[in-house]
Amino acid sequence: MGFVVFIAFPVLASLGLSLVEWKSIAPLSTMRFTGLSNFGYLLSGHDGGVFRRTLWNTVVFTAVSVPVGIAVSLALAAFMDKHVYGSKLFRFLIFVPYVSSVVASVIVWQVMLQPSYGPINELLKSVGVAHPPSWFVDPHWAMPAVIAFQVWQTIGYNVVVYMAGLKSIPAEVYEAAMIDGAGQWRTFASVTVPMVSPTTFFLTTMGVIGSFKVFDLIYLATGGGPGDATSVISFYIYQEAFVAHRMGTSSAAAWVMFAIIFVVTMVQLRGQKKWVTYE
Amino acid sequence: MSETRPRELRRPARPHLPWAKAVRTAALAVLVAFMLFPLLWMLSTSFKIEKDVFAFPIQWIPPHVTLDNYKDVWTVTQEFNFPLYYLNSIKVTVAVVVLQLVISAMAAYAFAKMRVRAGGALFAAFLATMMIPDQVTVIPRFLLVSRLGLLDTHAGLILMAAFSVYGVFLLRQSMIALPDSLIEAAKIDGAGHWRVFTRIVLPLSKPTLATLAILRFVWTWNDYQNPLIFLNTPAKFTLQLAMSYFSDANGTLYALLMAASVSAVVPLLIVFLVGQRYVIEGMAAGAVKG
Repeated sequence: MGFVVFIAFPVLASLGLSLVEWKSIAPLSTMRFTGLSNFGYLLSGHDGGVFRRTLWNTVVFTAVSVPVGIAVSLALAAFMDKHVYGSKLFRFLIFVPYVSSVVASVIVWQVMLQPSYGPINELLKSVGVAHPPSWFVDPHWAMPAVIAFQVWQTIGYNVVVYMAGLKSIPAEVYEAAMIDGAGQWRTFASVTVPMVSPTTFFLTTMGVIGSFKVFDLIYLATGGGPGDATSVISFYIYQEAFVAHRMGTSSAAAWVMFAIIFVVTMVQLRGQKKWVTYE
Repeated sequence: MSETRPRELRRPARPHLPWAKAVRTAALAVLVAFMLFPLLWMLSTSFKIEKDVFAFPIQWIPPHVTLDNYKDVWTVTQEFNFPLYYLNSIKVTVAVVVLQLVISAMAAYAFAKMRVRAGGALFAAFLATMMIPDQVTVIPRFLLVSRLGLLDTHAGLILMAAFSVYGVFLLRQSMIALPDSLIEAAKIDGAGHWRVFTRIVLPLSKPTLATLAILRFVWTWNDYQNPLIFLNTPAKFTLQLAMSYFSDANGTLYALLMAASVSAVVPLLIVFLVGQRYVIEGMAAGAVKG
């Protein structure tokens, strides 16, 4: 079965590879078993701290983009659910960035954020910002720029899932809140937010996993740069394996990534049992 | 009975006023326009001549409308052949979607409706692999595909994407919901598994099959990482991969790049427009994301 060939076998092979030193351009016979030293090399900072910085970047990227994306999406979805006309049309429009290809979208963003005469910086200059940032090529602003892109691209998905979640909240609950004299904000905070918590947990888990795997955006928008300001773990894995041809360290990095995703998923499954309100 | 109506039946304290709703709709429209700003700008710029691209304030209606950018993108040159990349992308995407639907549907049927020994445990193991990131399996897959002599071929790319845990999961969930009595009845009439599968289960799973087909179309069409790793020859490039090379080669011809971007996004928007009911319902149905 294809499953065994393309999933089960690679998983085991990858685990094996993470324990060896091997350059893929050299013959298989040069493979050397090195135990856990690949992991030691990556985590101890002996690689000049590149992997640690990469890991940190990934954490920052995830820790900002996921909560911001979720908060904005929930606010939008709650707003669209009850308070506007044509919510289906809006839902469709918001979803468009999610289906647009990352390659095309990144190219558009790059041109819009073009440092010297792109429209965004022209706008900033016209409102008095003398030295607007260079965004994707700016050591301090590259990370915020890729995070903004990620939030922009994934909002549509979150909003669609949230709107489905909101639909499942029974109308009586809202009516009860109104009778008790709760205002709109109060209703949102005390009724809507707890009632959609299963959806929030689902989206957080998916968001964390998705952000940890981000590759296309980084590869295309910044190439991990400037320096390694936006190098994230999946980008590092790619570079190690297919540019530097170091299969051992690359596999070890992939397993570090897997371990983190595994732990996050488990913690969230636990947390879900504890915190999520079901009806 | 007293005249006072029970609490539950009273009108809500603050009914929504229609004009307030209109104002909020307008506010949301502004917000959404802001979100779509990059894509609108892309569309507008693709019809501009190069010297108008960065005029400020932004001219949404191009002062000199031109189709030359599109002509240039679509003209076959020594280096770039967009019609071919389109064809490559269509070929790979359609093959992946068809293969995956067939394989996933058969596996899902086995998991949902056939009594397989240790089927439950097998399915749990199967699901657990959904958590494993592609990055973990990419090197062994690369070695495997190159051993099979399928590196730098569309066949390698297609074969790899033909098996999807996600597809099996989605279809199994919908098949399990089909009543067993239907299948029992068919069996009494002498139908085997194959007949039950093709005549009863598949037709009843159409909406889920549609969801899976469209989602997989979008994901495969947009896939960048796999073509990047598994293809080398420019003549075999998919549209996304070719786009990124095109952008590197024409870095400052912005109007041209926008025309290429529009060309890359449009087929997808059409598929999405046609199938949005299935996409959005599929996503809303839960555990989604490939």
